[in-house]
Amino acid sequence: MHELAVTESILAITLKHAEKAAARRVTDIHLVIGQLSSIVDDSVQFYWDMISENTMAQGAKLHFNRIAARMKCMSCGQEYEMEHRLEPCPACQSYSLQVMAGEEFYLDSIEVEN
Amino acid sequence: MPLSRVPVVEKILSANDQVAETNRQMFDASGVYAINLMASPGAGKTSFILKTIQALSPEVKIGVIEGDTAPVTIDADKISAAGVPAVQINTGGECHLDAVMLKAGILQLQLETLDLLIVENVGNLICPAAFNLGTHINVLVASIPEGDDKPYKYPNIYRGLDVLIINKIDLMPYIDFNMDYFRQGVEILNPGLITFAVSCKTSEGIDAWAEWIRQSIRQYKRT
Repeated sequence: MHELAVTESILAITLKHAEKAAARRVTDIHLVIGQLSSIVDDSVQFYWDMISENTMAQGAKLHFNRIAARMKCMSCGQEYEMEHRLEPCPACQSYSLQVMAGEEFYLDSIEVEN
Repeated sequence: MPLSRVPVVEKILSANDQVAETNRQMFDASGVYAINLMASPGAGKTSFILKTIQALSPEVKIGVIEGDTAPVTIDADKISAAGVPAVQINTGGECHLDAVMLKAGILQLQLETLDLLIVENVGNLICPAAFNLGTHINVLVASIPEGDDKPYKYPNIYRGLDVLIINKIDLMPYIDFNMDYFRQGVEILNPGLITFAVSCKTSEGIDAWAEWIRQSIRQYKRT
């Protein structure tokens, strides 16, 4: 699992923006992560508690905004949410699909005390 | 205590992506076509690299960067014995190469003397898919004994591929591997993916791959 590397990046980005905003403390971090990203929320939280210690982001709450996987069928044009991986188009059973959403992987915003 | 919300909107792995961009610039400045070679442990990455070297060297000047989780030089030694420069990166237990680790490896090679750089990623089907290295193409070595369900179980790595190698096809008579089922999974995730079925044991299919690489390098050098 590469959650440690991911969590270190989250901390680095958080601290960079918190310093720029002259914050004293970071209380909340909002992440946007598509369902197609193979990241385990609990593992990120676990690493976060360890590596954020003694930084101004210590104890900040991580919010995971999970974005559903939205597919578009290239055969019939149907758009649908894919709940399980590799589901065919519900309208025509085609597997010719394009990913419309679900690959997001970014830090959206932080909440800070000034 | 005044609270405020600070908009960030930054890709979580943006720092990695920036270094990957630097790596790409280094490749392009020296005219080196770079391949990120991924696979699960035991799929035959090193054997495949050795076969590729056999087929292309010395006509194509090849360098290899070996990513390993442990400080053993088994793979790098085999590559060096084949007469091409090899650099080993020990990831210190990490499950993937990232752009920063690769950059350290690149700096140990004389890029300007090379046409082709093969980066052997750490054996793993999950983590390497998440880290852009700055290489020009992503290649996966899948192998028959791993089973035909791998595209279904590891969709992310298949989605980001430019070329798929199906290795150990000489074992097809001995293993229950449904090629149609495997290929259907690949087709869903990556329609029209360039695929070579090979055997590093019998050398079947290696020539077709070698020819594809020769042409890709030629095309790359023209641009």
